[in-house]
Amino acid sequence: MGVNQLVVDGVSLSFGGVDALRDVSLTVRQGDIHAVIGPNGAGKTSLLNCTSGLYRPQAGSIAYHQADATTELTRTRPDRVAALGVARSFQNIELFRHLTVLDNLMLGRHTRMRHSLAAALAWFGPARRQELEHREVVEEIIDLLEIQLHRHAPVGALSYGIQKRVELGRALALEPGLLLLDEPMAGMNTEEKEDMARFVLDVNELKGVTCVLIEHDMDVVMDISDRVTVLNFGQVIGDGTPDEVSGSPAVIEAYLGSEAATEGVA
Amino acid sequence: MVSQFVQLSVIGLANGAIFALAALGFALIYKSTGVINFAQGDFLSVGAYALYAGVATFGLHWSLGMLLAIAVAVVLALLVERLLLRPMIGESSIAVIMVTIGLSSMLQAVLLMLFGNAPRRMPRILPGGSIDLLGATIPVNRLVAIAIAAVVLGLFTVFFQRSRWGVAMRAVADDQPAALTMGISVPRVFAMAWALAGVSAVVGGLLVAELVGVSGTVAEFGLIVFPVVILGGLDSIKGTMVGGAVIGLLVQYTAGYVGGGLQQVIPFVVLVLILLVRPYGLFGEVRIERV
Repeated sequence: MGVNQLVVDGVSLSFGGVDALRDVSLTVRQGDIHAVIGPNGAGKTSLLNCTSGLYRPQAGSIAYHQADATTELTRTRPDRVAALGVARSFQNIELFRHLTVLDNLMLGRHTRMRHSLAAALAWFGPARRQELEHREVVEEIIDLLEIQLHRHAPVGALSYGIQKRVELGRALALEPGLLLLDEPMAGMNTEEKEDMARFVLDVNELKGVTCVLIEHDMDVVMDISDRVTVLNFGQVIGDGTPDEVSGSPAVIEAYLGSEAATEGVA
Repeated sequence: MVSQFVQLSVIGLANGAIFALAALGFALIYKSTGVINFAQGDFLSVGAYALYAGVATFGLHWSLGMLLAIAVAVVLALLVERLLLRPMIGESSIAVIMVTIGLSSMLQAVLLMLFGNAPRRMPRILPGGSIDLLGATIPVNRLVAIAIAAVVLGLFTVFFQRSRWGVAMRAVADDQPAALTMGISVPRVFAMAWALAGVSAVVGGLLVAELVGVSGTVAEFGLIVFPVVILGGLDSIKGTMVGGAVIGLLVQYTAGYVGGGLQQVIPFVVLVLILLVRPYGLFGEVRIERV
């Protein structure tokens, strides 16, 4: 606890004339659930995309600290970032729709499989043994997320809520040290949200995975996060514990408009 | 009557085996990289000529000749992917198609330069002779060709369904950003698709060299790839098998029972009909694109 795992420092990203991120800095401590909130278009997803290597920011650095090494993520290819143990989910589900739940999760094991093409083609010996080991990890995740029934179903055929769970599961299959969750509860009803919040807490507590969570539902954010960073128009306007942030006039203004902020202060 | 039918069927299936192997390379590349490769027939030519050069020119044993041909085709495929097509990522599909058409002309010219335009006689690799089957005289090499194609296509199917890299290739085809964040190197998957297409082209080239002979006309098989993959579905391995067999048989039956050159047109009649009725083919993915 308390060790810095992800340090974002002065990151700026623009697309043509649009500044998606302006000099964004934040620090995620190991073992925390760190929420990133902000109105639509604030740059939350852009921040995750920079972290997972899908976007290259024009300025700034994103350092990922592990026990034995520190990696600069802004100069690392996305597949390498994944291999470092940074997993993520997407806002608009990006599952492999034509593969089964099991295959989707097994793909999460991709970086951890170590056998040659020839052995894979032959499908015997070490390749098979290894496959079974990975299968065990995957089955554990299936149990954790309660998706046993859907194991062999093609993902495209499943309901939205279940797909969101499968996407979380696929990220977990990487056995990540850092989990980036982009609105895992968007579009869910209260019950589904509660389930998802429970899964995220389980993952955080049982497996000790640090989570960066983008979420719009303030009740959920206040309930489960240790720290909150607030973005607005690409800039950080608040950072602290949920209580500190929810009391901040700048945050209230961004969310509710300036009148509410004045009233709040008065 | 029966004997003619059997004869036509076996020859049709043997030709279909070549079609299927050519189409397999095409489908592999389209499926994982989205590139429509108009040079697939020329890869078949390269495979056939490389094998010819190994066996006839250098006098290698056929197994070494195969290895040489596979090495040549894989290196060529990797170079093409790295030097010509990777820089085209993000360009319009018409631009990419033009690149592959240019590549096709270039490969034809290089082969012409190296080997001339006289047909070459390939030393026999597959067993010769013929057997009697239901009253028809069937050349053994046709049956072996069908078996080889079946085994290779079977291996590819297992590879796609079972192996880590096969599943990774399907994942890349499905969703590239997600594949990247799963730790899958998309460039490596692209390279692998091209390399495997090279391998299937060599096996196809072997069958062509055996059954048809080595000459500039091998590349014409590249054209018939289109009816095969449109029928089977552009991105389906199963589709290439079924499409290859159906087109191969159809051509032979038309030649045997109707004749008059109609057999050369019939694959393209099928192509047009399929595009009208079921544009995504028998096993292809149904894509609805909203613009």
